[in-house]
Amino acid sequence: MHVVVCAKETPDSAAKVEVGADGNVTWGGAPLVINPWDEYAVEEGLRLKEEHGGTCTVLAMGSPSSQEALKHAVAMGCDDAVLVSDPAFENADTLLTSHALAQAIAKMGDVDLAIFGRQAIDGDTGHTAVQVGRRLGWNTLTYVFKIAEIDFEAGTIKVERLLEEGKQICESRLPAVLSTVKDINEPRYPSIIGVRKAAKLEIPVWTAADVGADGAIQAKVQWPAVSAPPARQAETEMIEGDTPEAIAAALVDKLISEKIV
Amino acid sequence: MSGIWVWVEQHQGSAAAVSWEAMGLARALAGELNQSVTALVMGHDLGDLAQAALHHGADAVLVCDDPTLADFRVEPYASLLSKLASEQEPAAVLAGATTRGRDVMGAAAVDLETGLIADATGVEVVGGMIQATRPVYAGKLFSTVVGPDASPLMLTLRPRAFPAPQADTSRSGEVTAVEPALAEDDIATRVVGFESTTGQVSLTDASIVVSGGRGVQGPEGFEPLRELVGVLGAALGASRVAVDSGWIPYEHQVGQTGKTVSPDLYIACGISGAIQHQAGMRSSKVIVAINKDPDAPIFRLAHYGIVGDLFAIIPALTEAFRERLG
Repeated sequence: MHVVVCAKETPDSAAKVEVGADGNVTWGGAPLVINPWDEYAVEEGLRLKEEHGGTCTVLAMGSPSSQEALKHAVAMGCDDAVLVSDPAFENADTLLTSHALAQAIAKMGDVDLAIFGRQAIDGDTGHTAVQVGRRLGWNTLTYVFKIAEIDFEAGTIKVERLLEEGKQICESRLPAVLSTVKDINEPRYPSIIGVRKAAKLEIPVWTAADVGADGAIQAKVQWPAVSAPPARQAETEMIEGDTPEAIAAALVDKLISEKIV
Repeated sequence: MSGIWVWVEQHQGSAAAVSWEAMGLARALAGELNQSVTALVMGHDLGDLAQAALHHGADAVLVCDDPTLADFRVEPYASLLSKLASEQEPAAVLAGATTRGRDVMGAAAVDLETGLIADATGVEVVGGMIQATRPVYAGKLFSTVVGPDASPLMLTLRPRAFPAPQADTSRSGEVTAVEPALAEDDIATRVVGFESTTGQVSLTDASIVVSGGRGVQGPEGFEPLRELVGVLGAALGASRVAVDSGWIPYEHQVGQTGKTVSPDLYIACGISGAIQHQAGMRSSKVIVAINKDPDAPIFRLAHYGIVGDLFAIIPALTEAFRERLG
């Protein structure tokens, strides 16, 4: 049994992200961390490994220094880590990212299941999991909040997915790609032994050539400019009154007269 | 390479609200680019959904009504979308940035080896080319995105970011039935159950959201909020603290690791307004904050602020709305 968890390094969710003078995105001194959604994917991979035996590998794509997500996942308990990094992937959109990750997973050769977080908190597309699955020709089950059954011998999986209108229960076949949502588990903290292992780990870096990405597949979308969100114009108007009833009436008056309700 | 397509997402025969928002945008783009709008309607027992697509702005409809499409599964839906698009070569394909929309469009973009812009909140034509704006870093920044080499250019649209057109029942157009791309035997996934969250207004579609945070103090603290939700026909949201404390299920969470909402009115009750929560609700048109702490960061984002005890204010607010709204 071989589970691959895909993780990404992102600025911490509390970081103050801004556009710098050079037009590039900056996050000041905020730490880079494992994408918070990916911690659930790592935890699920580790639980499967603990229950079924086998290997749990963490895979990331990023700059050569982009190792925080991988180290965190190893500190949590992943057996191996692989970084896919190449200047050719620098401005990758999800089309190219999914190609690079799918090629890396295919190169590993024996993967039964690839698990992703719901989305990365920087790009926020939520497309990479389904696109990796499509490239591999594997079934993709997104927004999974429960793996109800999995049988690596028989190659079957049953999951529960969170859609807008409710919960969908699906059966499918392995190998498969999953994306997970927060309800699926409670991620563990890294262990001391894990942190030591991660600190010493030499993470192999696979280039575009290593994964057989020969340049035939290119990014198809570009983002020429990034800007601060439109500033909020109105000042906050504080509603005051002698009693809760008076305050409530004043607010309701405003909301109704401005046709908000 | 011509035509603006809209994938009409439906659940049990009802169109997702964002599909008609996409149709409104498609009409505007088609006008500027001098093209026509085609709706793709897929599912089973679809009733008059094809007509509804015409009424909301489509010039023509491709409809596939087949048992293999009864339950949503990405394989048959994406394969049909990419097959039709490779045969007919539209210039652009639009869909909602929903769980299904992201799946179908993501998979089809790989089949077509083309560019996909996720979760656009603004789309315009600049120099004859479609240009999108989308939030990144949970809305802390906005990115301009283009796909000059993408054919078709595929875009998913954030729900409630674009106005929905009024249905015009005098509109008509050609409805063409198409065959599914996959037979049942070619589809590995089976849907064996569905549990509706019935009776609840969907957070992402709601025009009013009432959310509770640390200040509600426990599961029973959501009761006054539920009453207000009932009077307003709103959806019930929650901050991460309330969800992590086990007071309310995760499906209610609004914020960076929950849902993103853009209602006309967002009422934040006992929510301090951490940056991660703001990420999920800052695009709300009007924000009301009710909090005991006058220094809570939520007040810097709110249009209307009330400093006070939510357990006194909310019931009074519920009563006031009940009287005024009948």
